[in-house]
Amino acid sequence: MANHSDAAFEKLPMWAGGRSPFNVSYGKLMMWIFLLSDAFTFSSLLVQYGAQRFSNIESQVTTKWPDPASIFNHFPFIHGFHLPLLFVSVMTFILILSSVTMVLAVEAGHRNSKKEVEKYMLYTIIGGAAFLGCQAWEWSTFIHEGARLWGNTFGITDQGYKHLSEVGFGDHFHWEEGDRTNGPVPFAALFFIVTGFHGFHVFSGVVINVVVYIMTVRGVFERRGHYEMIEKAGLYWHFVDLVWVFVFTFFYLI
Amino acid sequence: MSTAAMHAEHHHHEEHHHHESFISKYVFSMDHKMISKQFLITGMIMGMVGMIMSLLFRLQLAWPDEQFSILETLLGKWAVDGKLDPNFYMGLVTIHGTIMVFYVLTAGLSGTFSNLLIPLQVGARDMASPFMNMLSYWFFLASSVVLLISVGVETGPASGGWTVYPPLSALEKAMPGSGLGMTLWLVAIALFIVSSLLGGINYISTVLNMRTKGMSMNRMPLTIWAFFFTAILGLLSFPVLLGAALFLIFDRSFGTSFYLSDIYLEGVGALENIGGSPVLYQHLFWFLGHPEVYIILMPALGITSEVISCNARKPIFGYTAMVISLMGISFLSFIVWGHHMFITGMNPFLGSVFMILTLIIAVPSAVKAFNYITTLWRGNLRFTPAMLFSIGLVSFFISGGLTGIYLGNAALDIQLHDSYFVVAHFHLVMGSAAIFGMFAGIYHWFPKMYGRMMNNTLGYVHFWMTFITAYLVFFPMHFMGLAGVPRRYYQFTLVKEFDVWMDVNKLITVSAIAAGVAQLFFLWNFFYSIFRGKKAGTNPWQATTLEWSTPEERIHGNWPGEIPTVYRGPHEYSRPDREEDFFPQYIPDESDLAQTETQKTKTAPSESEVEETESASVFFAAIKRVFGLS
Repeated sequence: MANHSDAAFEKLPMWAGGRSPFNVSYGKLMMWIFLLSDAFTFSSLLVQYGAQRFSNIESQVTTKWPDPASIFNHFPFIHGFHLPLLFVSVMTFILILSSVTMVLAVEAGHRNSKKEVEKYMLYTIIGGAAFLGCQAWEWSTFIHEGARLWGNTFGITDQGYKHLSEVGFGDHFHWEEGDRTNGPVPFAALFFIVTGFHGFHVFSGVVINVVVYIMTVRGVFERRGHYEMIEKAGLYWHFVDLVWVFVFTFFYLI
Repeated sequence: MSTAAMHAEHHHHEEHHHHESFISKYVFSMDHKMISKQFLITGMIMGMVGMIMSLLFRLQLAWPDEQFSILETLLGKWAVDGKLDPNFYMGLVTIHGTIMVFYVLTAGLSGTFSNLLIPLQVGARDMASPFMNMLSYWFFLASSVVLLISVGVETGPASGGWTVYPPLSALEKAMPGSGLGMTLWLVAIALFIVSSLLGGINYISTVLNMRTKGMSMNRMPLTIWAFFFTAILGLLSFPVLLGAALFLIFDRSFGTSFYLSDIYLEGVGALENIGGSPVLYQHLFWFLGHPEVYIILMPALGITSEVISCNARKPIFGYTAMVISLMGISFLSFIVWGHHMFITGMNPFLGSVFMILTLIIAVPSAVKAFNYITTLWRGNLRFTPAMLFSIGLVSFFISGGLTGIYLGNAALDIQLHDSYFVVAHFHLVMGSAAIFGMFAGIYHWFPKMYGRMMNNTLGYVHFWMTFITAYLVFFPMHFMGLAGVPRRYYQFTLVKEFDVWMDVNKLITVSAIAAGVAQLFFLWNFFYSIFRGKKAGTNPWQATTLEWSTPEERIHGNWPGEIPTVYRGPHEYSRPDREEDFFPQYIPDESDLAQTETQKTKTAPSESEVEETESASVFFAAIKRVFGLS
């Protein structure tokens, strides 16, 4: 019975069996499927962020959700200046650059050029490690400023916003008495969990990249005849980058 | 490159299958058939534990004031003077639910049969990644062990219900089980999610990438379609539970308050910081929880399709409709989670949206039920135990599904929510139906797993006892629920209004014990037949699908020579032009060679041979087939 109207499917010979319908190896397909699943994990975290932020109408909260630009305004070695979102822009730029070098590594892999794959993988690893270092600094500064999982001292008062509006980019800036009070509770906790979960992904990515780099140096892929493993690591790395775009948007821009 | 690599790996398997040590064959096995047996046995052990737990709390419900000295011997401080401790009662209910939902009917069912049947029925040497497959089992085993350990900790297991809603689950002080027991529950579920992810990735890529020549998607047996959609559901819904669990862990241990609002314990505020929402957790949990229902049910439906078609000696009625209804159920299952939350204070408008979407699920479900019945209609029925269990599934699916229409209705749910009506509904439609599908699968594919047959007489005893007792246990619960008897209560004699139900409670408990006894027949039959059963031969059921073309000695790599090519759909039974009443997928059609000459697409098609068909006519042909017009 079933074979009388198979035409619908069989006009697609890619799907008729005996080969991969997407013309990819199972390993790459698995990476795609894993990333799909991981996208849902991050979605659930961001949905929780949205739900907590936009339903925060508890009566004891007297201030609005803090404006991220007024809090993330520090830069290493230049203390006391108002440099909103400058440092996180540098971080983001580093991560995107590391994605570019990953693309170059994949491309070099297609040409079976071991030397270039090594070079670009090394750049990618350095980029990833630099990003993690930046995140560590960002976290420690944030904690130093008073961020805690169980509370939020960044409820910016009207006086605080007024104070902020008076300082320009690069001016001297310090919080003054009465600028800040207790704000919506989950603010810092959400920041730590979601950027932490992303940072964990970056860390895993760096580990994967280091493993792949060592395998490249030892000539494993050269003997294998193809550099597909670089592509798989690359898929993961680009995904982590893409997720950062969303995390960055949610936690720093809006 | 891909096919070359695949083939290289296949040869690798073929060369190495014969020198395996005990450890690599039975313990750290990478053969999908052995892994499926590992899943099955672990699932059966967990199932027995879950069932014994249910008997313990059923005893409490039927004879709340009786003293069973044996309980004190068994449980010690949890049953002082032979009377079950209330906290432990809650723990038993919670762990029973967790074990049955996740460990038996998710991993035990999907893990066993996806592993066994996907490579065999699509014609692959093994799963896409046998190593990840092995890891999947070991994570599952670790998760099972952690959960069982949690039952034995001093403060008792998690006891806030299998849904572990905060604040009970988030505050360690809320109840004894919310301490270490709850922590271990979360660890167990985290391990379980990893196992399910590793398995799911493997199932999906095997189905997509590893099909043998000629096995186009619409020639796949319905079991494979069901496992495929099940894997997709698990892949997309478990991560959301992971996200929810992550926040729950932070609430429990690190002082955040995502799910905690103003809470008072013994008159004092339990928390310094407040402002979270427990309803948020419920949304996230049921985003997993509802697809999870179909993760449990769909493999059972797939198995039933296969068993009913084979034993009715008829092609399954409406193959395409079956596939499309599976697809519809899978899609809808993601957008109906709100029907678990009608009375949580969710916006009533949202409630009505969820209600409409929920009721739409009745459509694909009815398609499946009617297709089973029409497949049975005037079939050449062979009442093997597997067939009986499949028919039993159809029965439970209908009787349990009908009450789903009541519960999906937001207005009625205000009355029925958290009553025994709900317990009756999901135990019939998801519990009993899925476990019957699992039994059907075990009886049907036992010859493929162990090379021997199970005893039919014992199978009949097992079926009739289980079927009758399952209805005796769950059917009266409908009436209790309609009368307003709430679930999860410890002792109904303490509430005067519920006294009238004590006789019914006794009937239910006696039936549950009888159901437990019935499973002993099954266990005996299962283990005896592994060693002493009648030899099965290669194709004992005269079935058409690929797994029955493998040789009797079950080698790693499945087929000694080349993997057979597939020439037709999976359910070619009782074709009038054939002498035998079954026409396997893997046998070429000699009789109409002339036809194959003109229509090359009928045999394994290659790119150049395939004719272009107009997409419009294909579309209408598909529509016609859905409605059975062609």
